[in-house]
Amino acid sequence: MLSQSPFHARVAAANETSLWSHWAGHLVVDKYQMSEKWEYVAIRNAAGAFDSSPLYKYRIIGPDAERFLGGVLARDIRTCLPGQAQYTIWCDDRGYVNEDGVVFRYSSDDFLLTAAEPNLSYFQQLIGHDRVEISEVTEDFGSLAVQGPRSHAILAQLAPGVSSLGYFEHAPAKIGKLPVTISRSGYTGDLGYEIFCDAGDANDVWDAVFDAGQPHGLIPFGQTALLMARIEAGLLLIHVDFDVSRLAENDEHRSTPIELGLAWMLRGIEDDTRPFIGRRAILRERAEGTSRWKMVGLKVDPFDYATKYTAAGMVPPKDHTPVHEDMMVYDGDAQRVGYATSFMYSPVLQRHIALARVRPELATPGTLVNLEFTINHRYVQVGAEVVRNPMFAPPRKNAPMNGEGQ
Amino acid sequence: MSTTREYDAIVIGGGHNGLVNAAYLAKAGLRTLILERRHLVGGAAITEELRPGFKFTTFSYALSLLRPDIVHELDLVKHGFMPLLMPSTFCPMENGDALVMGQDRDENIKEIARHSKHDADAYDQYSHDVEMVVRAVKPLFDNAPPNIVDRSPEGLAELAELAKHLGGIESGVLHNLVRLLTGSAADFLDDYFESDILKGWLSASGIIGTKVGPMSQGSGLVLLFHSMGEHDGHLGSWAFHKGGNGGFTQVLARAAQALGAEIKLGAEVERVITSNGKATGVALVDGTELSAKVVVSAADPRRTFTKFLDQRELPTDLVDSLRRYRYQGTSSKVNFALDALPKYPSLGDRSDIFRGFTNIAPTMEYLERAFDEAKYGWYSTRPYIDGAIQSTIDPDMAPPGKHVMSCFVHYTPYHLKGSDWATERENMADNVQDTLESFFPGFSDLVLQREIVTPLDIETVAGLPEGNIFHGEFLAPQMYFFRPAPGWNQYRTPIDGYYQCGSGTHPGGCVSGGPGKLASQRILADLQL
Repeated sequence: MLSQSPFHARVAAANETSLWSHWAGHLVVDKYQMSEKWEYVAIRNAAGAFDSSPLYKYRIIGPDAERFLGGVLARDIRTCLPGQAQYTIWCDDRGYVNEDGVVFRYSSDDFLLTAAEPNLSYFQQLIGHDRVEISEVTEDFGSLAVQGPRSHAILAQLAPGVSSLGYFEHAPAKIGKLPVTISRSGYTGDLGYEIFCDAGDANDVWDAVFDAGQPHGLIPFGQTALLMARIEAGLLLIHVDFDVSRLAENDEHRSTPIELGLAWMLRGIEDDTRPFIGRRAILRERAEGTSRWKMVGLKVDPFDYATKYTAAGMVPPKDHTPVHEDMMVYDGDAQRVGYATSFMYSPVLQRHIALARVRPELATPGTLVNLEFTINHRYVQVGAEVVRNPMFAPPRKNAPMNGEGQ
Repeated sequence: MSTTREYDAIVIGGGHNGLVNAAYLAKAGLRTLILERRHLVGGAAITEELRPGFKFTTFSYALSLLRPDIVHELDLVKHGFMPLLMPSTFCPMENGDALVMGQDRDENIKEIARHSKHDADAYDQYSHDVEMVVRAVKPLFDNAPPNIVDRSPEGLAELAELAKHLGGIESGVLHNLVRLLTGSAADFLDDYFESDILKGWLSASGIIGTKVGPMSQGSGLVLLFHSMGEHDGHLGSWAFHKGGNGGFTQVLARAAQALGAEIKLGAEVERVITSNGKATGVALVDGTELSAKVVVSAADPRRTFTKFLDQRELPTDLVDSLRRYRYQGTSSKVNFALDALPKYPSLGDRSDIFRGFTNIAPTMEYLERAFDEAKYGWYSTRPYIDGAIQSTIDPDMAPPGKHVMSCFVHYTPYHLKGSDWATERENMADNVQDTLESFFPGFSDLVLQREIVTPLDIETVAGLPEGNIFHGEFLAPQMYFFRPAPGWNQYRTPIDGYYQCGSGTHPGGCVSGGPGKLASQRILADLQL
């Protein structure tokens, strides 16, 4: 029996399609209206709201909470101050990534970590002598992501304090009389916020947000629109762009942080005052240059794409719906040099784009490769350019909001 | 007053084609100057804040035909290019029912079947058949046409190439092409459909910008033209641009400037300076003279040839052709600032119906009767209206909760019989508002402000002769080989170094950018760049 999100009554009323999907054991919506693209356009042009409640949430409390997380998470939790949040990963001792998530620091000894998969036993067995308690608190919260250029103007009407939130900062706030935490974060790569509320307050929070948001074009969006936005934003998806190392069948299904393009997260790990799981393997990989891949963005050459389809007697399709299947990447000598894991047509970039991993020597932006399509039932290679992720990063994403409604 | 500054190219007119043309010339390394008469670029694709917070798309109001190559070649995304999906089309009916088309094929089939079960699968067949025609003619659309009077080996080779292309088109597709190019939209649609509302909606694309009714021969060509576009790969689909079509031309201006082109506003050209049959520069109304190796006019054929030049410098047959070239604008705009969204009684409070075009053309007969009045020199009592409330999608267009509604109106002939537009403008707008009131009771109570743009206003403000939105009608005798005149359809003029790049050249109007781009190719080839 699938669970219902704390927002379920409102989500169900807003879901015009009667279509449901499921995520982490919860009923969720792929699209609220018959056009997922319309929901995507709202994220990039006005504002959209996404019910992210099913995401697993762990409370980590105790005098040694920082030390514990410092040893488990690859990114240095000590740089995350109370009121801040971090996108982070946790690895195994061979330096392969297990999972990713966002950690919120409430105080010196109180953290909340989100994860796509259940992780309680994995974390608990790593506690050792640390004075820390970990509990799964997923069901306690409703979380609603309000994303898009108008998100600030909408939430500033309800909680003026959001104006002072910097990128990846969070603060307690009130929506009406309801206590919430608002963080400036999300999975769309746009200006956006996430509201965490008590599960019992979820419907009232939804109502307040939509009352404030409708004049600004706020609509609810489902998973498909979210997955479009996240590819443009260069945000990885578990089981699609990488697999969980501790559950992987073989090393071909494992990835290191460097291979996933997350080397930026590892700044300062040479400092051995913070031993963490995977540190030595990652340092060795870095020193010996043994990385097999590097995650990059690919932008398909629109002229070559049009030419190849037109030559086959077809109108070049521009399907925005993400393709989460491997597509092979070749170099100019028709040697396989990588594979794309997420592919879509990006309306905001007007290009077909992919998240792909290529051999490290081909990861320099501007490198030309070929991406393999199936056109007219035949494999056809189309030119593509290696680019840096994220492919879409509007200045508003992390710009100061200065208390002004945008 | 004169200046010694030397340009490689001067483009007259900062409308979308002038901007596209200048951007390509600048990209090729030419020192390029755009001269714009008004205080803003964009020509007939501008957005103006006529009331605080309310952005009006004064003239042009949506995009479809813009050539995708231009987006990539001029790097428009980097400069803010952002088309916005229109998720629905709304066609109200006189009996209070409506046709509402959306993004889901199966839902659309059901909606059409509600009006006619017969038409449900016919719609897919129609769309497919038109798509095949569009694909067959797309190469012709995207390349300069041959010069039909050029008997040189090169000219004959171009004609042979065209014949070869036409010869490769499947016979059924070729026949449909000819039926569309020469016949009426009504005849073509009657072959597929029985539903009045479906035909009313589809045939409206056959009258835009041209003085024809859906039952007139020639409306098929206009219908085909409006099927040539795409938005994100969906043939025939339309989009708003963020911030209106003025937002789009601002993107073009930034792209042109980034490529090195300069824009000079408030610079009205009086004439092109020629010497021994060669253009050497332009003279502005304020007396400034600017010299350049290449001068390009983005204006319409009338101004390009007979205003900026002395027509006595031109071949007689060209002058004759230009005199016969028909403008006869029949379109107006009436734009509204609204306090709230209109309500359509049978659909209650549904607001999603307004996220695309609101097409007031309940039947083909409605359109034809609207046309009847125009034939005899008057504007329609019950006009065709293409409404668009961009603020339902783009919150930047109006204050929160408020709206702007652009209404494109047919038929409102430039030449009124027994009256003039100064006298009739408010009456024409009243007809529009009364028509809207009849479909949306209470509409008038929502109106905060009304902007009226008659064909005369289009001529006066945007400069388009007789207010024709396409720089000349889409009629077979003035398309392709003959746009704007036989022998002068390849962007050159009889004056060396003087070129044309406006919508009066192939492929025509509708914010395709095609003329601007194709003209730049001609210029750069002539310069051997």
